[in-house]
Amino acid sequence: MRLVVIGNGMVGQRFVESLAARDTARRFTEVTVLGEETRRAYDRVRLSAFFDGVSAEELTLAPPGVPAGTTIRLGEPATAVDREARVVRTAAGEYPYDALVLATGSRAFVPPVPGTGSPGVFVYRTLDDLEALRAHAAGRSAGIVVGGGLLGLEAANALRLLGLRTAIVEFAPHLMPMQVDAAGGAILRRRIEELGIDVHTGAGVTGIAPDGDRLAVGAGELTLGADLVVFAAGVRPRDELARAAGLPVAERGGILVDASCRTADERVFAIGECAAVDGRCYGLVAPGYAMADVVADRLLGGDATFGGADMSTKLKLLGVDVASFGATTGPLDVVYADPAHGLYAKLVLTDDARTLLGGILVGDAAAYGVLKAAVGGPVPGKLADFLSAGAPDVALPGDAQVCSCNAVTKDQVLGAIGAGCADVGCLKACTRAGTTCGSCVPLLRSLLTEAGVAQSTALCEHFAYSRQELFDLIRVRGIATFSALIGEYGTGRGCDVCKPVVASILASLGGGHVLDGEQAALQDTNDHFLANIQRDGTYSVVPRIPGGEITPERLIVIGEVARDFGLYTKITGGQRIDLFGARVEQLPAIWRRLVDAGFESGHAYGKALRTVKSCVGSTWCRYGVQDSVGLAVALELRYRGLRSPHKLKSAVSGCARECAEARSKDFGVIATETGWNLYVGGNGGFRPRHADLFATDLSTEELVRTIDRFLMFYIRTADRLQRTAAWLEALDGGLEHLRAVIVDDSLGICAELDAAMDRHVGGYADEWRAVLEDPDKLRRFVSFVNEPQTPDPSIAFTVEREQRVPVPLGMPEVSA
Amino acid sequence: MTTTITWTAVCRLGDLLPERGAAALVGGVQVAVFRLHDDQVRAVGNRDPLWGANVMSRGIVGTRGGRAVVVSPMHKQAYDLDTGACLDDPAAALPVYAARVRDGVVEVVAG
Repeated sequence: MRLVVIGNGMVGQRFVESLAARDTARRFTEVTVLGEETRRAYDRVRLSAFFDGVSAEELTLAPPGVPAGTTIRLGEPATAVDREARVVRTAAGEYPYDALVLATGSRAFVPPVPGTGSPGVFVYRTLDDLEALRAHAAGRSAGIVVGGGLLGLEAANALRLLGLRTAIVEFAPHLMPMQVDAAGGAILRRRIEELGIDVHTGAGVTGIAPDGDRLAVGAGELTLGADLVVFAAGVRPRDELARAAGLPVAERGGILVDASCRTADERVFAIGECAAVDGRCYGLVAPGYAMADVVADRLLGGDATFGGADMSTKLKLLGVDVASFGATTGPLDVVYADPAHGLYAKLVLTDDARTLLGGILVGDAAAYGVLKAAVGGPVPGKLADFLSAGAPDVALPGDAQVCSCNAVTKDQVLGAIGAGCADVGCLKACTRAGTTCGSCVPLLRSLLTEAGVAQSTALCEHFAYSRQELFDLIRVRGIATFSALIGEYGTGRGCDVCKPVVASILASLGGGHVLDGEQAALQDTNDHFLANIQRDGTYSVVPRIPGGEITPERLIVIGEVARDFGLYTKITGGQRIDLFGARVEQLPAIWRRLVDAGFESGHAYGKALRTVKSCVGSTWCRYGVQDSVGLAVALELRYRGLRSPHKLKSAVSGCARECAEARSKDFGVIATETGWNLYVGGNGGFRPRHADLFATDLSTEELVRTIDRFLMFYIRTADRLQRTAAWLEALDGGLEHLRAVIVDDSLGICAELDAAMDRHVGGYADEWRAVLEDPDKLRRFVSFVNEPQTPDPSIAFTVEREQRVPVPLGMPEVSA
Repeated sequence: MTTTITWTAVCRLGDLLPERGAAALVGGVQVAVFRLHDDQVRAVGNRDPLWGANVMSRGIVGTRGGRAVVVSPMHKQAYDLDTGACLDDPAAALPVYAARVRDGVVEVVAG
């Protein structure tokens, strides 16, 4: 039999998977999926994660490959359904069907006002929409989101992450009118305004008009200026194909279906947001998945029905918890409101106060799981306990849903744990819990812990200890070699995970040169050759340029070295110069020249301090209030060579304009009129994070001691390859705990941390100079141990933009 | 008919660090020679079969599940030093060459 599915969104994809899993007898030999978008199904629930650095690929839901007999045609929208001929038409052809499933989803609703087609006006629905929005936002400063519901707040957060000043315009009198009441909306509004977002409620958009390069947006009585406008004011079902095919639709849109999700035509089904089951549309993914399963069952002769859906939601929007479940208004409402702390809770009860009917939580939704499971029965504990912050210590009942996206209960999760699941990955694979929006993953983790499943912190198969435990063992027991450590505390001979970790710990504790004795064999290739390996097996060389300050004479030396050895040169993001294309046997000669001119290793190859960037500061800049270059140089010289769990980057800005981008660094310093502000835990890279303000108006001496302790505490306690950002986020008690430890000395370790840093500073020596002075170490820098002067014949260069670059490997080399 | 096996001396055992390797050029073939912790030696191809660069000799030597392995410095795939099999990608493998120590000299058959 031939089946056509129109739509490859989340629900369409779920349907295809659900049918393939059930259709073991292969009744449907030919399944054709038509998708309007050019991408395979992706996780629209987590769409906003795109602006957190999650790529389109990572949002993909579809496994690689398709079930046998299935063809997915992307970028080929259906243009018509001919029910008489039983074919679906597209611009490219015709697809006959015995059964047809419509999973066409929704479109963003844009109110019928003038100017919505202007450049700079966007909707918030697909990855393409988000990409267009991001492209347009570059270099602009202000955006308006129309819609103060769930999607609107997500869009507002996206604009914030794009660096735009953001305003929300909502037609209803308060935010999130579908989920919370006026009082809850007011608290939510306060929390959102604290983030610097303007909120205009009770304001309908009247029109948009171009105003120079900007847009003028009429909102109620106001006219607001912005560079772009995003409509996130709800969705409407995509029912146009069904209408054109003469299928009945609901009064307010949506393809009318019965509880079996069948339309008026017995061969045609509709599922997900485009379907109006008994007249009602559902805008959440969980009911859509349930409909997909119903139709998969029905098509194979089953009698499943869609029994309505739980519309409870729990979300974190702009950092604020919002949850609603069951009825949100009823005979007896019990309310707790604390505007000072941004907390609001309402429980809806029967008039005898014996039965819970529903409720709303804003600011703290920890009690959501317990309360939602109790709807229809008595409140599971004292009312007052639920009306203030935090989750009372009440166990979740077994039938409580842990994952609402995939309707997985606590009992199902415990069953999987009982059957041997020992980590979150296994629970995801076995139960599907946590695979859609991911918000229940912390709950899965705590269920594992409650069930007594220890989450392994073992470093690798050779050590049952975490990095922090190994650090303490080595420090307290005074262990000096890898052999001694693995002999006493490990098994086997070690590997590429534990060897570099132990090498780094030994180096952090002042274990001498990283290539001394046995330590040399523990190092990754970069640390082994004190240079950065590149894709063709050559290395790059980065001399240290503290604070990015360099004399013309030294610049000339770098230029001469690069010219004489034929190296490709590039300015790095850390204000220094990277020299590429050095063969391993050339490294000592290159460094001889650099060391003679006064350069030192830049440790670009190490998990160590990289650079301390700086702006030009008060010496030159009209705005500078402190000597940022001087401080950056001093910090870079103090912490150079410090080995750590991951690389360390820093910057110093001479005024609040922050030209050095200090807040994207592991530790960043910004000058004030009277001293320095210290920020910690910032990160560029895959998951950018702004550093947190740690201390203000410090003297230089206070600043340096605080950074000393911050770095040493991080080095002692972080996991392998954990940057300060992730470390800080995982630290129990977070920033407050960090302050207690390194400012108030709550653990009594500050003197130790200070002493450790003093040892580092006192014991620093340039690694490259030491290699040049040691013939044993120099002997390792050869191309071939039996022909030290023969260069690797596979390395070849070509010229691009006037510099030497590697010939791509695997390409035929051009013969002379 | 006689087959002649040619052992080529590449370096002294003492030229290699324990649990570390070096590259050697044997009859035009790039070979990665490793010294294990018990002073046995192993030889495999120096070219990373997945990435194309001649860098295997610069990888970390260790064990995985009891098998002696070298880990590519490019993208960390582990290769069994006895069989050449890649333990992370069944499609990849390194050529394995005979290697021994005689009178303190490392010898390899390749080329």
